[in-house]
Amino acid sequence: MIVPIEAWLAVVLALFAIGLVGVATRRNLLIQLMSIELMLNAANLALVTFSRWHGDAEGQVVAFLVMAVAAGEAAVGLALVIAFFRHRRSVLVDEAAQMKH
Amino acid sequence: MITPALATRLLPFIVLLPLFGAVVNGLFGARLSRRAVGLLGTATIFTSFALSILAVLGVYGLAHAGAEGTPRLVFTAWSWIASPNLSVDVAFLLDPLSSVMLLIVTGVSAFIHLYSIGYMAHDRSPARYFAYLNLFVFAMLLLILGESLPLLFVGWEGVGLCSYLLIGFWFEDMDKAIAGKKAFLVNRIGDFGFIIGLFLLLYFTGGKLGFPFLEAWARDGGLDPLHGVWITVITLTLFVGATGKSAQIPLYVWLPDAMAGPTPVSALIHAATMVTAGVYMIARLNFLFVAAPVTMAVIAGIGALTALFAASIGLVQNDIKKVLAYSTVSQLGYMFLGVGVGAFGAGVFHLMTHAFFKACLFLGAGSVIHAMSGEQDIRKMGGLASRLPITHATFLVSCLAIAGIPIFSGFFSKDEILFMAFGNTGLFAPWLGKLYFALGLGGALMTAFYMFRLYFLTFKGESRVPETVHPHESPFSMTIPLMVLAFLATVGGFLGLPGELSVLHPWLAPVFEAAEKVVVVSTDHAVEHGLMGVSVLVALLGILIARSLYVGGNQDLPARLAADLKGLYALLVDKWRVDELYFAVVIRPFMALAGFLHRVVDVIVIDLLGVNGAGAVVVGLGRTLRFLQTGQTQQYLAGILVGLVVLGALVFG
Repeated sequence: MIVPIEAWLAVVLALFAIGLVGVATRRNLLIQLMSIELMLNAANLALVTFSRWHGDAEGQVVAFLVMAVAAGEAAVGLALVIAFFRHRRSVLVDEAAQMKH
Repeated sequence: MITPALATRLLPFIVLLPLFGAVVNGLFGARLSRRAVGLLGTATIFTSFALSILAVLGVYGLAHAGAEGTPRLVFTAWSWIASPNLSVDVAFLLDPLSSVMLLIVTGVSAFIHLYSIGYMAHDRSPARYFAYLNLFVFAMLLLILGESLPLLFVGWEGVGLCSYLLIGFWFEDMDKAIAGKKAFLVNRIGDFGFIIGLFLLLYFTGGKLGFPFLEAWARDGGLDPLHGVWITVITLTLFVGATGKSAQIPLYVWLPDAMAGPTPVSALIHAATMVTAGVYMIARLNFLFVAAPVTMAVIAGIGALTALFAASIGLVQNDIKKVLAYSTVSQLGYMFLGVGVGAFGAGVFHLMTHAFFKACLFLGAGSVIHAMSGEQDIRKMGGLASRLPITHATFLVSCLAIAGIPIFSGFFSKDEILFMAFGNTGLFAPWLGKLYFALGLGGALMTAFYMFRLYFLTFKGESRVPETVHPHESPFSMTIPLMVLAFLATVGGFLGLPGELSVLHPWLAPVFEAAEKVVVVSTDHAVEHGLMGVSVLVALLGILIARSLYVGGNQDLPARLAADLKGLYALLVDKWRVDELYFAVVIRPFMALAGFLHRVVDVIVIDLLGVNGAGAVVVGLGRTLRFLQTGQTQQYLAGILVGLVVLGALVFG
């Protein structure tokens, strides 16, 4: 059974929207990081989908690249979150407003 | 014998020696002794004078070598401005005219520097004084020897600057500082005219302004496209410059105030040299001026009017230097009358004799002031002849010279000018020459009167010197220059004897020949001798009136006249209230305009609306937009999203 491209793209859109709303509404930095990962994966899915649709492997190569970068990003992001937690004893993003003053 | 090539090479040294003196005295003078400062300042000028004599001998040699045209030495130092539309060299030109000026300026300067050593012996800052004075001589030499109009203008501005510096030499005294400022500002008005004329000329000549070039250009018909109107405009604007520098109506008002400076400065700058720059400039550009008959008539008219007008003020002044100042304005008027009627040689001749006798008079006045411990009011003098024998003798000789008594120098030069005015029928209207002559003769009568009024009140009669003052003759450094200048004031006139006997006129002839041919003068020796008799009688009359009123039997008459003609007397004492008129007509409206610009344009428009307004807008915007920066990244993200949606709607919608 061939799943039509519209269905794949609907999943991509849903994943991206969930990630975006997560970053925009949740105050917990860990959940925000996870939401960012969701958005990255939505992008990956889109790359792979279009790769198949065009019959061109290049998109899948880029998807691997994004996974590698996302791994690095997650490492740096988590390190930042830990540093922030040590400093503020909290992982809530609205605590991080000192630079305003 | 001085070869022309050697003489040419002397020119830069003549100019630069005074500059050297000025720099050394200006930079290191404070560390030198008083004696060294004076010696250095004087020695540079004397050396310059000696070199000048050698250089002029070079011109003399050239003139007698039988070469064609004007004997000229030109030293080109470097190219100052080189472009297709304007090319000016820094070059010095020595021809018969600048030779005469060169000898007058360096010679008189040398003796006035010598005099200054004695006069400024007790001053607090002699180094500054000698630095300024040397700088002045440098600028004046630049003016005289400049080969082109722009270089002449550099010297012209330079002497103006030095004049300002020296008038305000004692700047702690507010009045003296103001006098310097006034001189500078009035001169600037004239210089503005000068520079307009210079640029107009530049436009028509295609960017070349060297005097030899201009002369050839004018001779070869370069003036033809100027159609009489432009040449009149050019020469008139140049003449405006001359009225500023040479203190003629309407810009003469600064010169009497310039007496605030030290007396040797008055003698050098404001009598013998700088103020004659306007006459020199017109003589230098004679080939342009004769092409503009209207300008010539205006120059002669202004000169004659100034001669009479300034003399009338001189009649009633009581400050010894003020009398001499108005006398200088008046004598400069005669020079302009001379060049205005086309008698360039006579104008330069009078310039020379005036430099001698007026410098001597000023230095004599300085000697009197020195002896009187700074008193300048002639009502507090009298009977000084026996106390100051040398000053008295030299002063008397110079008074005779300026009054126009035969054998003394002023007689020959003033007479020649008056005769040329009388005989000139080629002016605007034929009778104009006669009118100018009458004005000049009236001025001559007043000159003889006020000079001898000054002489009698100062040196003769009973002493009115206050008990506390003990007049004494001045030191040799002051009396030697007096004697030298008095000697020159006596014999200087023989250089320009009338007719075939003259030495000066054939010498200047190559420069003025062409121009003097253009001007119509009906020469008649019987008339000349008759006029000579008239002017001698007039001079004697003036002297006799002064004698009768101030040492003779009618000593109560001046006071009675002053009482009877109260209005006129007050008007004369107030110098015809010209200063007041200028204040009301020019200065007050100008100040009102400046006040308006200050209060409205500057304070409100520029400061309040412009500078502070722009600042206030930025500060206000910042204060408002500050609230957008909450520090909450999620709000920023919301902003980004809204923006993205709006952008998307705009692009794809």
